Amino acid sequence: MKWLAFASRNFKEMTRDLLTLIFGIALPVVLIVMFSLISSNIGAMTNPSFMISNLAPGIAVFSMSFVTLFLGLLVAGDRSSAFLARILVSPMKGIDYILGYSLPLVPLALVQALACIVTAVCFGLKLSANLLFGLVALIPVSLLYISMGLLFGSVCSDKQVGGLASILINLAAWTSGAWFPVSVVGGVYETICNLLPFGHAVSLVQGVMQGSPLNFGHLIWVLGYAAALSALAIFFFKKKTRP
Amino acid sequence: MNAIEAKGLTKQFKERTAVDSLNVSVKKGELFALLGQNGAGKSTTIRMLCGLLAPTAGDAYICGHSVTKEPLLAKQVTNVSPQETAVAAKLSVQENLELIARLYGDDKKTAREKAEKMMDAFHLTDRRKDRAKNLSGGWQRRLSIAMALITEPEVLFLDEPTLGLDVRARRDLWKHIEELKGRITVVLTTHYLEEAAALSDRLMIMDKGRCQAEGTLAEILEKTGKASLEEAFLSLTEEVYE
Repeated sequence: MKWLAFASRNFKEMTRDLLTLIFGIALPVVLIVMFSLISSNIGAMTNPSFMISNLAPGIAVFSMSFVTLFLGLLVAGDRSSAFLARILVSPMKGIDYILGYSLPLVPLALVQALACIVTAVCFGLKLSANLLFGLVALIPVSLLYISMGLLFGSVCSDKQVGGLASILINLAAWTSGAWFPVSVVGGVYETICNLLPFGHAVSLVQGVMQGSPLNFGHLIWVLGYAAALSALAIFFFKKKTRP
Repeated sequence: MNAIEAKGLTKQFKERTAVDSLNVSVKKGELFALLGQNGAGKSTTIRMLCGLLAPTAGDAYICGHSVTKEPLLAKQVTNVSPQETAVAAKLSVQENLELIARLYGDDKKTAREKAEKMMDAFHLTDRRKDRAKNLSGGWQRRLSIAMALITEPEVLFLDEPTLGLDVRARRDLWKHIEELKGRITVVLTTHYLEEAAALSDRLMIMDKGRCQAEGTLAEILEKTGKASLEEAFLSLTEEVYE
């Protein structure tokens, strides 16, 4: 269980950082509160994305962009320090590194999502078993964002990760449909959005939380991207750490 | 069986040969110093022996295990204290020690017991709950070496262990290193020649990726006809200006 010891270290390194707690938990909660208040003050819903049943899963998925940032910073930080050299000298296998880096982010992502849902319930989201299923649907979504974090951390320096994660956060915001339906723009833009995984992630969780049957199409897009990005991350991690 | 056996160990980075067909043997329990100027190939050699760098040619055996063919077996009996302080910054002293023990396969209870012993041996008990990033350079170095020893390695690589330490901390560390002699095979790289002369059983002087001299201090002095290690070192690593 070497990976468990490594995962425990990684979890502690991330959660002992105030930035992680602020961005991970507080920011999504603030976003839900803010958009719920805006939505209730303007009365008529001009944007269906701001309906609490769409907003809560949308923000839960969007907030996972920060999971990418945290993991990217951790992996890149380790790579730039002598600490990783020490770890690489240990008899850990490749799978221990993957699990050790990835799994601590799953509970972190779920706590983040739970905070979103609880806040949304306070602002009118109907309490039902579907919310619990929605949390389960967020697990593959968290794997998608974890795979991106692994890739960013494996390829970029710790300074570059911040910039790249900002681009990702924007890309996820603009193409996921969490803030506005991408069909409103339509055309090539909508096609590009559909080729990217972010919209599929939001639609997957929104559907489950609203009681629709699991959409395997969206799930395959999300898991397919997660698998491909993880494979790339493993390739680059190996290449960069054992030249 | 030797603790370390390198045969034709070579590392090439594009056009530059960092380590060139190195053959070296280190006996069990020996303290072996690896000396050389910056860029001589010391760190590259250590990185290949530790499994951090794949050799371009040749192989090395750690307690009989090939670093290229049986890397996990070789790693199980090896540990390292890298040149830069290699500690997990946000973990406490005790957590750092337990982490390394567990990465080498110890269960939680054994890791805790070993951590207690190490903290005791390195006078870290009072600082056990301090986060590593809050320790001074000297204490971090001390923790780094304790982390290397907690796994009870058969072969220990100490890369510039006293770099940046004050005189007292350096002497303290020398004492710890001397206590390892005979029990653990130690490969030490250092720029402090008096340190190498005082601590090591045998030395190797590298230059341009090649071994220039190897043996006890007396043997090296005899071979070069010099009165001190410093003079011998300078003569073996002489710069040629064209």
